[in-house]
Amino acid sequence: MYGKRIACLADLYKGRCDASLNRGFMTEAKAKFDEMFDADGSVRPAYAGYCEWFDQQDQSWLKRKHGEAESSFRKTGITFNVYGEDEAEERLIPFDMVPRTISANEWRRLTRGIEQRVSALNAFIYDLYHRQEILRAGRIPTRLFRDNAAWLQQMVGFTPPGKVYTHIVGIDLVRTGPDEWYVLEDNARTPSGVSYMLENRETMMAMFPELFSQVQVEPVSTYPRQLAKSLAACAPPACNGKPNVAVLTPGIYNSAYFEHAFLADQMGAELVEGSDLRVIDGRVQMRTTHGFEPVDVIYRRVDDEFLDPLSFNKDSMLGVPGIMDVYRSGGITIANAPGTGVCDDKAVYSFMPEIVEFYTGEKPLLPNVQTWRCSDKDSLGYVLDNLEELVVKEVHGSGGYGMLIGPTASKKEIAAFRKKLQATPDNYIAQPTLALSTTPIFTKKGLVPRHVDLRPYVLVSPKGVDITPGGLTRVALKEGSLVVNSSQGGGTKDTWVLKD
Amino acid sequence: MLGRTANGLFWMFRYLERAENTARLLDAGLRMALTRDHTSAREEWRSLIGASGQQASFDAKYDGDFTGSNVWNFILRDKENSANILSTFEQVRTNARMVRNTISSEVWEAINESWMNLESQLKRPVAQGNLGKVVGDVRRAGTLVHGAMAGTMLRDSGFHFARAGTFVERADSVARILDIKYYLLLPSLTYVGSSLDTSQWDNVLRSVSGDRAYRWLNAGEIDARGIVEFLVLDERFPRSLAFCHSALRDDLASLAKLHHAQGACNELMREADMIMTDTTIDDIFEKGLHEFLIEFVNRNSSIAAAIAEDYRFTA
Repeated sequence: MYGKRIACLADLYKGRCDASLNRGFMTEAKAKFDEMFDADGSVRPAYAGYCEWFDQQDQSWLKRKHGEAESSFRKTGITFNVYGEDEAEERLIPFDMVPRTISANEWRRLTRGIEQRVSALNAFIYDLYHRQEILRAGRIPTRLFRDNAAWLQQMVGFTPPGKVYTHIVGIDLVRTGPDEWYVLEDNARTPSGVSYMLENRETMMAMFPELFSQVQVEPVSTYPRQLAKSLAACAPPACNGKPNVAVLTPGIYNSAYFEHAFLADQMGAELVEGSDLRVIDGRVQMRTTHGFEPVDVIYRRVDDEFLDPLSFNKDSMLGVPGIMDVYRSGGITIANAPGTGVCDDKAVYSFMPEIVEFYTGEKPLLPNVQTWRCSDKDSLGYVLDNLEELVVKEVHGSGGYGMLIGPTASKKEIAAFRKKLQATPDNYIAQPTLALSTTPIFTKKGLVPRHVDLRPYVLVSPKGVDITPGGLTRVALKEGSLVVNSSQGGGTKDTWVLKD
Repeated sequence: MLGRTANGLFWMFRYLERAENTARLLDAGLRMALTRDHTSAREEWRSLIGASGQQASFDAKYDGDFTGSNVWNFILRDKENSANILSTFEQVRTNARMVRNTISSEVWEAINESWMNLESQLKRPVAQGNLGKVVGDVRRAGTLVHGAMAGTMLRDSGFHFARAGTFVERADSVARILDIKYYLLLPSLTYVGSSLDTSQWDNVLRSVSGDRAYRWLNAGEIDARGIVEFLVLDERFPRSLAFCHSALRDDLASLAKLHHAQGACNELMREADMIMTDTTIDDIFEKGLHEFLIEFVNRNSSIAAAIAEDYRFTA
């Protein structure tokens, strides 16, 4: 009976897989990998529990639930503002109620790779701001950071408390086959989206409580507590007693304000704005109803550039005048450390295999996506000849802006991009168009496959690296689309790591 | 607690109270207009604009055209009216977002859901048939938020800042409503004690939701003196000036205790208290109700300013 039900669901779904394959958005159709169903239409083991549950459900009831999810998000106010649109407009990131599932074994392998990579990143930044052994050894070119806008002279020779630069990291992963995971991007500056990881799980548990008694899923709710612990473990020398942790937000009009408030709330920390803080007696202090009180650790969601008008952008109203001096004299911990952005750069990304090997002495466990640096003449030639096949990205870009996806771009777009590329080749890298894995999303017409990526959240403290079992799965809701960014119409899913 | 957060809580509840009081005023106005002839109805709508303190911006837009639908839409949703109920409620929500990590999620959801509801009802001009529902929903929003707060909020300083905002605003708005209505009804002292148009006095009580309580206490007898005494000095009625100040005093005392320090606001509160305790209804009429109310409003504002200063709301 069970076998038959699954077969029905699988057939229905597989038909849709094929339909989207025929659209020709993928250069190599054979590389296509669906995480729920194998090529024969059988359910893969990680999804067996979910599919069993799914087949027992009344489909019209599921459709009603589908509608409920949105109104529940709107009520709780999990919204974000889209840059470039009406400032006051609050949008929801669409939520899909089919979980993305990863087996315990797969997860173990991933975490080893992530831990290795994050440790290397942290060691790399330390090295860059100290002896620069990696440059002396000639493993990466000096121009990599000389031209890097995120490089901060103020950080040279300074060691942050606990020797930690990247307190919070998001590693973007993509999958193309059963054992083929790649790192697409390292987010060591201010990775956002963790509130969605937490709220998506809350929503799933509220909507389908019985599902969680049928399938054993690792909890993600430990994240805020771990974050608070991890930040407290990096308290500065001036801190005496229990560290006072605060989240620094640009304010309620910032696109991620909900997340800032949410994390402060979950950690039991103060949510501060620049105007609440002032440097007094060599400490950063916040204005409370009792008077000024020192802050020990600041989890800032304000970019380096706006952090200190005395050191950086002098017009910034979002930061704290003098905070960099306090930082350098051991009066406060700033997470993530200023200047950490040097490694978010896509040119640095292209050297990550060398970087990992240099600092850990091991081969990278998680590979990079093949990357052509357009600064390199031969690579540029190749890229220009194959623009229709490639994804070209700005070295400093993020959020899916300013990139070319060759296979889906029009002739005109490609021609325009070719000109930009020829004018400033150093500004770009190129990668093959990956056949990103698909997982099903729920639609009124049933399950349909859509491309996904995965951002696990990683915490670094002097005590070690902590990876929350799960993460944020972003899903491209448009058929055939490979762009999962929320700013470009992507949605999110709950991400399950199964218990052993 | 951050000074900015205390400020956010204080103003969030001031705006909530303001929206609610404006809705009561509108409700009473509507009822009045319905029970009177055409000319008196216009007069009633005109007085409503006067009471809202937006005479100039109304005149600029409608040039004295006091029809019901002009007036209620102006008060509910008109962008020319900076104090319209929708934008007042939006202020409630903006402040709530700002202090989101110090209010319980139930309080937040009560505000957010109410706002979503009002926003959708006030997207377009409101027809007479829907007015009662909108106005009722604004009042219900206040009830929901206060209920969620009573049931779920930690009794620390945030709670007391929120309540202080509520009572400062309530005292202010009740005093202003009383002043304006009274002035319209009794242009000079010689009218005190003369036979009154009961429906109009009923309307004064209704504007502050005190009609039923007053009738219960006075067996249906309506007189100007009794009503003023009820709205100013009766500590049993939760919207009277005396009640507001007594509640405010308690919250300021709790704040002083939590901060281990008496501030300027506690001192001003004590003075205001003494004045209220010593005042009888005869004193009020002897002095002149208008003068009494103006002094009351000024004392109330000084207390609010002192709270902001004592607890470092903005600096």
